[in-house]
Amino acid sequence: MQNLILLSDTTEHTEGTEGGHAPENPLGFVPVEFVLSLVVFGLLLFLIWKFVAPRFEQTFAERTQAIEGGIAAAETKQAEADAKLAELEQRLSEARHEAARIREEAREQGAQIVAEMREQAQAESSRIVEHGKSQIEAERQQAVTSLRAEVGALATGLAGRIVGESLDDEARQSRVVERFLADLEAQDGATSGSVN
Amino acid sequence: MFGITMAASGDEFVAPGPNSFDFDAVPLFHLGGLAVTKPMVQLLLGALVVFVFFYAAARRATLVPGRLQFAGEAAYGMVRNSIGRDIIGSRDFLKFVPYLVTIFFFLLVNNAFASIPAIQFPTFSRASMAYALAALSWVIYNAVGIHKHGFIGYLKLQSVPSGVSPAMYPLLVPLEFFSNILVRPATLALRLFANMFAGHLLLILFSTGGLFLIEYGGVGYVAGPLAWVLAIAISFLELLVQFLQAYVFTLLNAMYISGALADEH
Repeated sequence: MQNLILLSDTTEHTEGTEGGHAPENPLGFVPVEFVLSLVVFGLLLFLIWKFVAPRFEQTFAERTQAIEGGIAAAETKQAEADAKLAELEQRLSEARHEAARIREEAREQGAQIVAEMREQAQAESSRIVEHGKSQIEAERQQAVTSLRAEVGALATGLAGRIVGESLDDEARQSRVVERFLADLEAQDGATSGSVN
Repeated sequence: MFGITMAASGDEFVAPGPNSFDFDAVPLFHLGGLAVTKPMVQLLLGALVVFVFFYAAARRATLVPGRLQFAGEAAYGMVRNSIGRDIIGSRDFLKFVPYLVTIFFFLLVNNAFASIPAIQFPTFSRASMAYALAALSWVIYNAVGIHKHGFIGYLKLQSVPSGVSPAMYPLLVPLEFFSNILVRPATLALRLFANMFAGHLLLILFSTGGLFLIEYGGVGYVAGPLAWVLAIAISFLELLVQFLQAYVFTLLNAMYISGALADEH
């Protein structure tokens, strides 16, 4: 709107001063405007150079650094976490190995113990059997001995009574009994095949 | 047909022309004998807007940006990365970033003045102002090149094309010198000036023309609003052009600097 007014002002003016103010060449050089442009631009350039660009550049640099620092910190943390994870995994596998080793040992020990126990039991049983055998043998021996003495006394008494001959003489008595028993045993041995 | 009926009405339509851009006759105020015109004030206002925005955004820059800082960083970062770093290369670009940022946003705001209500005038449709920025660009990229390669080395870099047989030098060397040293500032200035000038001219033509047609009546009741619709469409086109011209000016600056910094190609 103002433009239109200005325009009409200008035209009125040129019309009014016809011949006095020739319309200027639009390409013409106006020293005042040229110099003023340079001065204003130079001033603005100086202000931007001095107060604006350094602050923006500083901010950009700080921001870049902050972001890069953040990335670096994150990378460090990641590396730490990775290391810790690796360590834990190693520990876990060590623990597994340890457990397996202990299990293996226990199994071996168990087997060994079982074997030992078995051996011991066998020894004990054979010892008991042996002991029983020897006891039986001793008792048999004892029985044989006492039987022999009794049988001897009985036979001697019987024989003495039959023969009337005193067999009080110890040596003779014993000899007679021995002979009798030997005969008996020989006889017994000859008939044992049919009896047993 | 319009011409005839209009002439018959006796109320002549004054087409917008170079006069529309001449503020010498209507200074806003006088400052010690110097007539201060509207584009001059706009120039200052544009610089002020750019500085206040960036200063407010950067004043308490923190690692986690607030809204304003984020906007400032996005604006600054766009020029810094997509123009500065991508064109000049990550080795040298940092010291040119303030220059590129300043030139882009100074141009953007001043171009946008063409579409901002109550201002509605593109500052750089004043050719002398475009000349100034182009001249500064010329000085900067040449100075950068001479500083890096020495005067002779720089002239050789800009004028002697590589991979061409020396027999062609008499033809190519003057051409390269002409295009790389002489023409660049002129094209920079004229591209910016002409785009802003033409866009503003079109807008004036369609809006004042539409007004005239409606006042004229008759067929003008149809044609006038149509002209205004077109003016609105052109306004949107102009928004694009304003951005594009600021971008192209900055991009070319970066390319010229990059070319001046280049090693022997």
